[in-house]
Formats: sequence, structure tokens, C-alpha cells
Amino acid sequence: MNTAAPARPAPLRTPRRRLAAFLHRHAGVRLSLLLSAPALWLGLAYLGALAALFVTAFWSTDTFTGDLVRVPTWGNFQDLLTADVYRTIALRSVGVAVAVTLIDLLIAFPMAFAMAKLASPRAQRWLVIAVLTPLWASYLVKAYAWRVMLGSEGLLGWGYGLTATVLTLSYLWLPYMILPIYAGLERLPDSLLEAAGDLGARGWRTFRTVVWPLALPAVIAGSVFTFSLSLGDYITVKIVGGTSQLIGNVVYDNIGAANNLPFAAAVATVPVMIMLVYLAAVRRTGALENL
Amino acid sequence: MRSTPWIVIRHGAVVLSALALATVTACGTGPAPGVSAVPGQTGFTPPKIEAPTSLGPGEGQVNLVNWAGYVEDGSNDPKIDWVTPFEKATGCQVNSKTAGTSDEMVNLMKTGEYDAVSASGDASLRLIAGGTVAPVNTALIPNYADVFAGLKDKAWNSAGGAAYGVPHGRGANLLMWRTDKVKPAPDSWSAVFDPASPYAGKITAYDSPIYIADAALYLMATRPEFGIKNPYSLDEGQLQASVDLLKQQRKIVGEYWSDYTKEVQAFKSGDSVLGTTWQVIANVALADKAPVEVTLPKEGATGWSDTWMVATAAKNPNCAYRWLDWIISPQANAQVAEYFGEAPSNAKSCELTADPKHCDTFHATDEDYYSKVWYWTTPIAQCLDGRTDITCKDYSEWTRAWTEIKG
Repeated sequence: MNTAAPARPAPLRTPRRRLAAFLHRHAGVRLSLLLSAPALWLGLAYLGALAALFVTAFWSTDTFTGDLVRVPTWGNFQDLLTADVYRTIALRSVGVAVAVTLIDLLIAFPMAFAMAKLASPRAQRWLVIAVLTPLWASYLVKAYAWRVMLGSEGLLGWGYGLTATVLTLSYLWLPYMILPIYAGLERLPDSLLEAAGDLGARGWRTFRTVVWPLALPAVIAGSVFTFSLSLGDYITVKIVGGTSQLIGNVVYDNIGAANNLPFAAAVATVPVMIMLVYLAAVRRTGALENL
Repeated sequence: MRSTPWIVIRHGAVVLSALALATVTACGTGPAPGVSAVPGQTGFTPPKIEAPTSLGPGEGQVNLVNWAGYVEDGSNDPKIDWVTPFEKATGCQVNSKTAGTSDEMVNLMKTGEYDAVSASGDASLRLIAGGTVAPVNTALIPNYADVFAGLKDKAWNSAGGAAYGVPHGRGANLLMWRTDKVKPAPDSWSAVFDPASPYAGKITAYDSPIYIADAALYLMATRPEFGIKNPYSLDEGQLQASVDLLKQQRKIVGEYWSDYTKEVQAFKSGDSVLGTTWQVIANVALADKAPVEVTLPKEGATGWSDTWMVATAAKNPNCAYRWLDWIISPQANAQVAEYFGEAPSNAKSCELTADPKHCDTFHATDEDYYSKVWYWTTPIAQCLDGRTDITCKDYSEWTRAWTEIKG
């Protein structure tokens, strides 16, 4: 540090040294300092925003001035629960998210298995890059590409609607399913597969009794991604959804068009609740440790 | 959006202005020009504020609140720039704040930090009623003389006989169809509301609660028993009738659009063959060789009209007046109208547009055309058509109705 002076036996007195020594002796302080920045981020930016959202849901707006009226009311939730249309939309959104997750699982599992167990290490690297490539292109570009493909003069020509939405979302979120499963399967020792084979198990039985149970946490981790991403999406359905709408569109319409932030916040708590239920269920499987 | 081609930006701007108009006006404009028994205008007395009688030297800067695409200095597209020449000519540095909705505009103007605003429909009336903007002495704006008479002294830009701003430009929502698929050519909105339409599944509609007004406008012309006098002023029964019509329409709609490129592409591919549109979309579709045609149906149509206003508390009023004069000057107004895709407000702009037919395409000089246009107005609880014995449905209820229509 100080090159001008000859080395002394006791540089202990510099403040920096003293601080280092103090932290060394007090592990608790050290840990709390290390964690304070991320904790602050999680607490303020993330949970704080969620809390603000939840509080806003109990307010209302003045229809002429558009100002927020900060008087607690259950009105937004009453509207949300009494009108059939919101239940229909919520169920439809969950349906879409489940369908996307299942389709992605069906495509991703064999793909991830081939990547992890059949490909050479060199090919593995390239396959991972190949899976990640679509993520480099903008979301909008990909959604519009599907719009062109699904259009009546497009490659597929199947038309727009809920099916088109499920298809496009499945494409968009597929890498988020492949990667966790690939990571999970890579950790699965080959010896287990060989042992199953030695004991006389055929392919299906090996899959059912060895591969699937061990890969399940990874599958669930992937499903958390595809499910939550699909549940919150509102752009794809606008581009290829024809006349259909999902929860995200209701939120967007209420903020973007009607300037009704409180009602939008109330609607936005629905996917949050659904995700909380889903995560609570997932937690019991131990899959969260795999994320 | 910023990095996308200019056309998308312009589209964004159109959407925003649509929202703007949608979100605000407390005034309805009758289809017949001059019929100015306009509620909203009669619903309040503007605070007494004097317009300046003379202008001093410029303050060196001006702070604007505007729609995207209205104040372009070449940063989005080097060729699109009418701000730099203004700064050079007047010495007023322009600071532009783009607002997303009319509500945002009203809120920004209330802060007192801004000198002028490009207000739409009901934003303008709320600003006037709240005393946020001052009357404008049009004698100090030389170019005002060249503004189309049909845009002056309207319910959304004047109060108590005083002008509160200068008109910026206007446009209408039109009926567009593929000439090779739809025969005979439609001349009525019934084409998009007919449940037995041969084009079922290929019809498109605008994806916004304000589209309910299009249904109301159609009912106003075809179903007099509902007694609709203004498509932005609907009581419970009238809103329900419009919603029922739109729910029935949903069965024949292929998709809703709010995205400019989406509609162009749908008409190009033939996924949509009939539906509501903006002039600028038709132009792009035609340029892409899609055989489309547009018309202003016989029932009339909805549309928009914007106004530049000056803040009461403007710190730079002299530069603000110079900006108002500049933005409606023949050259700048021609540029902004062409960039945004609307009709200019200055009659002389028509000779200066890059496309010599711009004014014809957008019907800038056609008062008869605009007499059929109901400019976007935000529905409020106070009925805009003058009824006082009943409350009307406000925009948040329209939004919920729209969610219900789409199901």
C-alpha cells in the first residue's frame, strides 16, 4: 500500500486493517453487511412494490379528475368477485398457462434428455447454445413471426385465437423449460441408468421408476417459469389471440385506457395469488432448491 | 418503440392521442357544425383569466407537454425535425415531455412546470375548467388566421367565447375493406354489425373501450328508440344496448386491433377484410399493395381533434406563444400532420406537404366530411348531451363493459 515508507511490523493501526480485523472477529456483522444490499433490494423494491400494489387495490379513483382517492374500500374486490367475466378470464388464463406448461414439458423432456445423456460433451455445448439462441431475438419479433406464420397466407395458416396463443407462448417459453430439466438430468448419474438396465428394466420402466422421480424437481422448476410467464402475458394474446383476452389484458386496459390503477391492482393480485398457491404446492416437492 | 421505424412511433402517437381524446373531453361536438349546444361547455364557468395583449422577448426556452410525434427534433428520424428550425428562428430552446394519456397531461400541467400542452378532447376542458390554461390572444399568433374556420371556436378549444388554444390537426376513424373480397362496397357501419355477415371471422374492430362509441353512433342512426344523442353520453340502458350490439358483433369479429402494424398486416394477408381503421393505416396498406379502400360511412364516424394550449402559470409565455405560432405555421403543420397521419389545421399547409395529395387523402379542407365526425371525448358521469335528470356511464364503466364484451 504505502511504498514510500519501509515495511513496518505493525500496519495494524490503519483504519482499513482495523475494520478488516473487526469483521473477521464478528461473523454476524460481516454476514449482515454482505446481505444488506440484496435484502434491501428484495425488501424495498420487490416486496415493497407488491405491498404498494396490494394497498392500491383498496383505493379508488375520482372519475373526473382521475386522481387517486385514498380511502379504503372493498369495492374493487367486490366487482372482481361478483362479475362472471373476471372468473371466466382468470380460469382461461390458468388454462392457457397449464396448457403451455404441458406442451413445453412434452417437447422439453426428450430434448433435455438427449442433450444430457446422448450427446457428446462438445455437442452438448452447441445444443445449449442452440436452445438459448431464440432468447437473443426480441419477444415482439418472435410473436410477430408467429402471427405471420399462423395467418391465412402463412406457413401454417391455422388462424388466430386461443390455440394460436398457447402455441406461440409454448414456443416463447420453451428454453425456460429445457434448461432446468437439462441441468437436472445432467446431475443424474449414468450408473443409475445402467443399473436399471442390468436389473432388467426396459426403457419405459427405467424412465418411470428412475429418471422421472429424480428429474421431477427440475421439471417443476421449469414449470414455475413457463406457468408464471404465461399467466402474466398480455402481448402475445394481443398479437395472435384474435378476440380472446387474458388477465394481463384486463390489467393493461384498466391502467392504460381507463386510468383506473386501483382496479388494475385488484385484478393484478389474482395472478399473484395463483402463483402463491402454486409455489406453496411446489415447495412441498423440494423443487425450489433446484431453481 | 423508440428504436422501431417511424411508422410505428407514429402509430403509437395515434393510439396515445386516441386515448387522450378518449380520456378526456367533457364536451361533445354535434355532427352538425355550429350546433354548439355543448354540455361540458355549459357545465362550468371558466375562471376569469386575462390573455396577454402583447408579447415580449423570448425567455430562451419553452417547456411542452405533448403527444408522441408532435414535437420532433430529429432524434427519432433525422429527416423529421421541425423543432431545430424553431429554436434557430426564435432562440427558444424546446424541452418536450411526452405524455401517455390525457390524465397524465392534466397532471403534468397541474404541476405548473410546463408552458404549453397539446391537449385532446376532454383534457382541454378539464384544463380550462380548472384554470390550468389561460385564454389565448389569437391576435398574437399570426398563423391563426390561416387555420380552417371549421376548427376554430369549438367546444373543446374555447369557452365563454374566448379561444383557449390553437387547433393542431384532426382525423377520423374510417371503414376499410378489401376491394377484391368485399362486394359490393359498403357504405354503412351495418357491414361490421350484421350478425349474418358473409365476412364473419374476417371482420376487425378497434380494441379499446372507446370503440363502444362506434356502436352507439350506429345505434344513434339506426335505432332511434334508444334516444342516443351523443355517442359519448350513454345512460345505463343506452350503454347496455351498445354493449349488446358489440357482444353480438364479437361473434363475427376475427380479431381486435389496437396495433397499427397488426392491422396493416391482417389486411395485407386477408385475415381481415372489413373493419374500422385510420386513414394512415389505409395509406400504408395501399403502399404495401393491399387492395383496400376506405369510406366515411353514411352514419358518420368517430375521430379526434387536438389543441395547443398555454398554461396560466407559464414561466415562458412569450416562447410558448411563438411555439403555438410555429406549430400551426404552414410548413411545420404540414410536417407534423404528415408524420402523424392526420389532417393539418393550417389551410396553407396543404401546398407544403411532401405528398402533394396529403390534404385530399385526409380531407383537410372538407368540412362536410368532418361534420360527420364525432371527435373522441371521454365519457363522464355528467351527461354530455345536456340531460340533467340522469347520470351517464363514465369511462371506467366503459372499460369494464369492454372487458365484458370481449368475455
